[in-house]
Amino acid sequence: MSAASTAEPAFVAKTKTGRFTDFVDARVGGSGILREFGRKVFPDHWSFMFGEVALYSFVILLLSGTFLTFFFDPSMAETHYDGSYVPLKGVEMSVAYNSSLDISFDVRGGLFMRQVHHWAALLFVASIAVHMLRVFFTGAFRRPREMNWVVGSVLLILAMAAGFTGYSLPDDLLSGNGLRIIDGVIKSIPIVGTYISFFLFGGEFPGTAIIGRLYMLHILLVPALILLMIVLHLFMVVVHKHTQYPGPGRNDNNVVGYPLGPVYAAKAGGFFFIVFGVLALMAGFFTINPIWNYGPYDPSPVSAGTQPDWYIGFVDGALRLMPGTLGDWQVEQNWFGFVFSFNVLLPALVPAGILFTVMFMYPWIERWITKDDREHHVLDRPRNAPTRTAIGMAGFVWYCVMWAAAGSDLIATHFGVSLNDVTYWLRTLFIIGPIIAFIVTKRVALALQRKDREIALHGRETGRIVRLPHGEFIEVHAPLDEYKRYKLVGFESPEVLPAVPNEHGVVTRKEKRRAFLSKWFFEDRVAPATPAELEAAHGHGHAAVEAPEEAKSLSH
Amino acid sequence: MKALSQKRRHPLAAIALLLMGLLITGGLYAVATTVNEAKASTTTFSANDAEEGGKLFAANCATCHGMGGSGSQDGPSLVGVGAASVDFQVGTGRMPMQMNGPQALEKPVQFNDEQTHQLAAYVASLGAGPAIPEESLLDEGGDAAAGGELFRTNCAMCHNAAAAGGALTRGKFAPALEDTSGKHIYEAMVTGPQNMPVFSDSNITPEGKRDIITFLKQIETSGSPGGAELGSLGPVAEGLFVWIAGLGVIIAFTIWLTSRTS
Repeated sequence: MSAASTAEPAFVAKTKTGRFTDFVDARVGGSGILREFGRKVFPDHWSFMFGEVALYSFVILLLSGTFLTFFFDPSMAETHYDGSYVPLKGVEMSVAYNSSLDISFDVRGGLFMRQVHHWAALLFVASIAVHMLRVFFTGAFRRPREMNWVVGSVLLILAMAAGFTGYSLPDDLLSGNGLRIIDGVIKSIPIVGTYISFFLFGGEFPGTAIIGRLYMLHILLVPALILLMIVLHLFMVVVHKHTQYPGPGRNDNNVVGYPLGPVYAAKAGGFFFIVFGVLALMAGFFTINPIWNYGPYDPSPVSAGTQPDWYIGFVDGALRLMPGTLGDWQVEQNWFGFVFSFNVLLPALVPAGILFTVMFMYPWIERWITKDDREHHVLDRPRNAPTRTAIGMAGFVWYCVMWAAAGSDLIATHFGVSLNDVTYWLRTLFIIGPIIAFIVTKRVALALQRKDREIALHGRETGRIVRLPHGEFIEVHAPLDEYKRYKLVGFESPEVLPAVPNEHGVVTRKEKRRAFLSKWFFEDRVAPATPAELEAAHGHGHAAVEAPEEAKSLSH
Repeated sequence: MKALSQKRRHPLAAIALLLMGLLITGGLYAVATTVNEAKASTTTFSANDAEEGGKLFAANCATCHGMGGSGSQDGPSLVGVGAASVDFQVGTGRMPMQMNGPQALEKPVQFNDEQTHQLAAYVASLGAGPAIPEESLLDEGGDAAAGGELFRTNCAMCHNAAAAGGALTRGKFAPALEDTSGKHIYEAMVTGPQNMPVFSDSNITPEGKRDIITFLKQIETSGSPGGAELGSLGPVAEGLFVWIAGLGVIIAFTIWLTSRTS
């Protein structure tokens, strides 16, 4: 035994730092983790960084939010303002609003931190939204990432919840109006609505409990859930590895990119400070939520231009678009002696419900239609999935119409048009906007695919006109290099899958529906140029480059 | 001269030239318009304001408001609207009206102070109505906090809590109140121009009106503690800013960060 220990003397580091590091490493195994993670490969593309922006915004939210909790008092007890903002001196207000004003005017750096926090919140949700759009339009939600898409969608909802609970805390007139709308929406739920409202507000609106309750949700429950979801989200990113854009040498079995350490980690770390810097500059130079303008909350006044923060805007917009009557039918009905406020219930819950339901289910919808259960690590270029891209744009336009409606009054005043006309137009667009978006997007995607095909087959137009000896004019087309051509031809193009009978030999109704949708998805697909077509177009072979494509096109 | 000839092929030369041209045109225009204004303010003077006002009225207003201010199909009767109404409508350039529309728009003032005064004197002579407020009510020496409360309760639903203005139905709107003089604010409250309701003295006392003016002037002069105001338009402007400027800058950085590799 003693011989064995002398044969392999324990490693002793030479420097003090080395000994210290070795001590820690021997106990937590840091170098193993670093070796594993440091060599994880990430593909480099700017559109892959929005998730990072969201993560960094969240870290900034935690930091600035912690600062704000030192000074904020979520009490709805009444007090009289005696701080340094003169136009509110002596005004009766809640302690919550008073402490928000103190943070803004009497706490050193308080206003800056408040503005950092609020701008970061807006950026947090915005970067999540852009990240989701990127994931959707590139098809990154396909197997094996469906679950992570769901976790991401939950994160979006949690981010909105965090934002809304925070927006209400200062107890100023603006946030109080927002809460009043939420109260109205809750009360419009048949039968249970009034009870939920009473439980939530601890009595009749606004009561004296709501700010404290929202505060607990805002600083404890919602951030904890967000953190949990972020952990799940990142864990799955590690497990699944990152997706990559199509390109030569990239396939579903590899990841082409740079290892995390050291360059990528340095870039990512630096990017945190860039995001922080951008937010700090915005907070330093641009005011956000000037609560001192709005005054304390009081249920009687409502200010013009009252809107929620942008991410709740689409719900507010849907409420604004809802007509009071549909034809002769009063949208607000009195049935069995109870009032059913469909004029509030429908716009507040139905569009958001549809958007989120489709969002959560989309990976499974497409999987069912295409019967595609293979793993995908190479992304689609949006044009190469025309129907999906068109569905996404239809949803996006629908969202944007509602979003724009939340600012209908400002559209009216700033463009000098009638508010009623803005509402009528947006109502029309609410119905036909998504349809137009779908058609236009699909046509554009198909046209781009045809252009790609044309370029792959015949090369790029050079603009050089050459006259041949016998008098003919031709335009010289420059052939593409192989790397560029790969991008144009190396994609999957699913075909229509007709209905097939099940094991009993019956074509079920569900299968017929699937076949119908499959046809709708893929009937006008533009197939990528095949090696044979390329061969014919060029008249000389590129066997080495085209071999993998051949294999690919044979696989369907 | 040598420097000039060297620089003339600089890529920014065209932009510099364009800027120079715009500045010169703009400058000349500004000079020309102020010359006009100066001329306008040195015209007619008269001993009898109401009589002179009557002549001005017949020449400029009677087409719509009728001879003697009795009204016509195109404009309401002005009997009993008072001097305050004239001082507001003419003094802010809303009258004479440029064209029919959802409401009369503010534009460069068409009459000088003397003429406005004469017109006001004439219309006041047609019937009793609200008078031009006394200086003591406009001295901005009221209670800003009380004025703020009155403003939020009575005015903010149209004019916005930060007095940035807001939309009304069918193309009408409540204007932003920045740069509106205390006198015009007071007159608007007592006469209810366009779509604005009248806030009589029993509704908001003259002292209350003074407080409101004090509040408005105070928020106008105290500036924005938090940086650029983005139009005081609330969350819509903020959302637009974070999407376009905030996210725009961040995207520029992401492109820069990933641009060195393939």
